[in-house]
Amino acid sequence: MLKIENLKASVDGTPILNGINLEVRPGEVHAIMGPNGSGKSTLAAVLAGREEYDVDGGSVLFQGNSLLDLSPEDRARSGIFLAFQYPVEIPGVSTTNFLKAAVNQVRSYRGLEELDAVNFLKEMKEKMKIVDIDQSLLRRSLNEGFSGGEKKRNEIFQMAMLEPKLAILDETDSGLDIDALRIVANGVNILKSEENATIVITHYQRLLDYIVPDFVHVLYKGRLVKSGGKELAMELEERGYDWIKDEENHITA
Amino acid sequence: MSKDDQILEDFTSREYEHGWSVDLESDQAPKGLNEDIVRFISAKKNEPEWLLEWRLKAFRKWLELEEPVWPNVKYPTINFQDIIYYSAPKKQKELKSLDEVDPELRETFEKLGINLEEQKRLTGVAVDAVIDSVSVATTFKETLGELGIIFSSFSEAVKDHPDLVREYLGSVVPATDNYYSALNSAVFSDGSFCYIPKGVHCPMELSTYFRINAANTGQFERTLIIADEGSYVSYLEGCTAPQRDENQLHAAVVEIHVSKDAEVKYSTVQNWYPGDKNGKGGIYNFVTKRGICAGDNAKLSWTQVETGSAVTWKYPSCILKGDNSIGEFYSVAVTNNYQQADTGTKMIHLGKNTKSRIVSKGISAGHSQNSYRGLVDISKRAENARNYSQCDSLLLGNQCGAHTFPYIEVSNNTAQVEHEATTSKIGEDQIFYCNQRGIDTEKAIALIVNGFSKEVLNKLPMEFAVEAQKLLALTLEGSVG
Repeated sequence: MLKIENLKASVDGTPILNGINLEVRPGEVHAIMGPNGSGKSTLAAVLAGREEYDVDGGSVLFQGNSLLDLSPEDRARSGIFLAFQYPVEIPGVSTTNFLKAAVNQVRSYRGLEELDAVNFLKEMKEKMKIVDIDQSLLRRSLNEGFSGGEKKRNEIFQMAMLEPKLAILDETDSGLDIDALRIVANGVNILKSEENATIVITHYQRLLDYIVPDFVHVLYKGRLVKSGGKELAMELEERGYDWIKDEENHITA
Repeated sequence: MSKDDQILEDFTSREYEHGWSVDLESDQAPKGLNEDIVRFISAKKNEPEWLLEWRLKAFRKWLELEEPVWPNVKYPTINFQDIIYYSAPKKQKELKSLDEVDPELRETFEKLGINLEEQKRLTGVAVDAVIDSVSVATTFKETLGELGIIFSSFSEAVKDHPDLVREYLGSVVPATDNYYSALNSAVFSDGSFCYIPKGVHCPMELSTYFRINAANTGQFERTLIIADEGSYVSYLEGCTAPQRDENQLHAAVVEIHVSKDAEVKYSTVQNWYPGDKNGKGGIYNFVTKRGICAGDNAKLSWTQVETGSAVTWKYPSCILKGDNSIGEFYSVAVTNNYQQADTGTKMIHLGKNTKSRIVSKGISAGHSQNSYRGLVDISKRAENARNYSQCDSLLLGNQCGAHTFPYIEVSNNTAQVEHEATTSKIGEDQIFYCNQRGIDTEKAIALIVNGFSKEVLNKLPMEFAVEAQKLLALTLEGSVG
C-alpha cells in the first residue's frame, strides 16, 4: 500500500529526514516512535504534502502511484488521512459544514455521488457513535474552544467520515487524559480493517496498549534506526531512548 | 485661440445659455447635465411643479458643492457632462406576470441563483424589478394593498401618494446633504417607495432588484421607506450589473423614516460589476443611505454584503432621535483585484437610552483596498447611550490593504462606547488543514471566508444568505495561487 524509499526532506535548508525506508501493507498497524526532534511529525507532514517541507530525494509509492506528485487535496482524496497533533481552528465553520465539503469533494474524486443533506446526516449519526461524540460539538466552530480531548475525538470522527486507506495519527495521544485516550484508541480500532492501514506516531508506549502495533520503528536523526514488534515499544518504555542514541552515535562516530 | 475658434466658442456657449430643446419623445436624454436636463427628466415623468422645483434647487446646490476627496479611494476624475442622465428601457408595457420579464434580465438573475418565479412561489417575495431606472414589474401589490401597505416605484408614488412623498422626501437625506445626494436629488429617475401603515407587520420580505442596462447611463435611484407607528418591514435590495468596459456611475439615495415603536430591517447584497482583473471598468458606487429612528423605541437595522463595484463609497447610517431607539449595522465587504471600498456607518445618538451595534467584516484580496469608516456620535442629551463596535479584517495575500477609521465623539459622560478591531490573514495552516481533508484551496477559502462573515450572513433573510455565500465565493475566485 505504502512504500517509502530513501526519503529525504528538509525545511529552510535544514535536513530533517535523512533517508527513510518503510513499507506498509493493508491491515497493518505501524508505530513510529522516537525522541523529540527526531523527525516524526516531519515525516507525517511530508506524506500529507505540506508545502514548507522540501523533498530532497527518494520516492513514496501509495497504492502503486507516486504520492509526491499529488497535491495535498488529491493525496487526501486518494486515501491518506492525517490526524493532526494540533488540529487547526476555523472560526465560524461548523464541523458539520466542514465535513460536508470534505466528504463530497472526496466522493466526487472517487467517482461516487455526492451525499445529500439527509444521507450525510445519517452517515454522521452512525459515525458519531464510534468516538462517542456529541452532536452539539459538531455544530460549534471547528476546533474553536474545544478541549484537547474534544479536538482529538473530532479528528478520529473526521477519519471515520472520510474512510481513508492509510491513516497517520500524529501524536494523537498528546494532551489526552486516560479516558479520552481510551475512547480515541477504541475509535481507531473500530475503523481498522484488512483493507486499511495505520501509522501511529507517538512518544509514549501508553497509546500502544490500546492500539496494538504489528511493527514498531524508532526514528532518530531522520532515519528509522531500529524496527521490531510491539515488544520494542515495551523496551523503549523501560529503558528510554538513550541506549538507541548511544548505539546510533557509536556507529556513526 | 484663433478668431474662428472664439466665434465658435461664443456661439456654442450662447446656445447653451438659451437652452436647447430636448426631444421629449426620445427615450434617452442627451449626454450632459444642466437645468434643461433636469426639466426633461421631470417632464418625462409628468412630475408636479413642486418636485421639479425641488430637483432644480438640488441641482443649483450641486453646482456649488465639490466632490468629496476624503474617502480612501482613487479613481479618475468623473466627467459629469459625459454621462446620460435618463434612459428608458425600450419596452415599457405593464407586465402581468414574471413570465413577461425580459429574458436577458432573467438570465442574469439565474446566474446569481435568483429565480424570480421560484422566489415568488417559494418565498413569497414581492419583487419590484428596476431595469434602467423604470420599473417594469411589480407583484404582490394586491396582497400588500389589503393591509394598506404601499410598495411601488417611486414615480407611481409621486402620482398616487404625492402628500406622503412630499412630506418625507429629503427629510432624512436633505437634497443638499452631500455632493452625490444633491446630484441624485436633481436627476433621480426612479426607485422604490414603501409605506407601512400604523401597527402593520408586513408579512413578506419586500425586495427590489436593480440592474444597469444601457451603456453610459448613470443610475440614480431613489428609495423612500416610511414605517408608521408600531409597524414592521424587512426590505431587501440586491443589485447585479452585466459586464461593461466603461465606468458607470451609480449614486443612489435611500431614506428611511422609522416612527415610534416601528422596526425596519434593510438588507442589501451589492454585486455591481467590479471591473476586470486589471482594474479596468466597473461601477462607481457612491451611495447615501440614512434612516432616522424618529420616535421612541424605534429600531433600524442595516445589513449589507458588498462584493461588487470598482469603487464603493457608502455609509448606511442611523439617526437615533427617539428615546430607547436602536440602530444596527452589519456589514461584509469583500474586495478583490483592484476594487476599492470605503464603507461603514454613522450612529448618531440623540435620544436617551439609545443603543447601537456595529459589526463590520472586511475581506481583501488581490490588490484591493478595503476601508472601514465609522462614526459614533453621542450628543449632549443622549443620556445612557450605548454603542458596541466590532471591526474585523481578513487579508488574503500580501498585496491588499485593510484600513480602519473609527471616529468616536462623545458629549455625554453617561455614554458607554466599546470598540474592538482585529486583523488576520487566512493562515496556511487553515488551508492545509482543509486540503488534508480533501478540500481544494478555492473551496477552503470560501469556507473560511463564510465562517469569518457568519455573524453578518446570519442577519440576512434565509434566501439572501444563500445567495450571499455564493457571491463571496464567486468574488474571491482565483484570489489565491
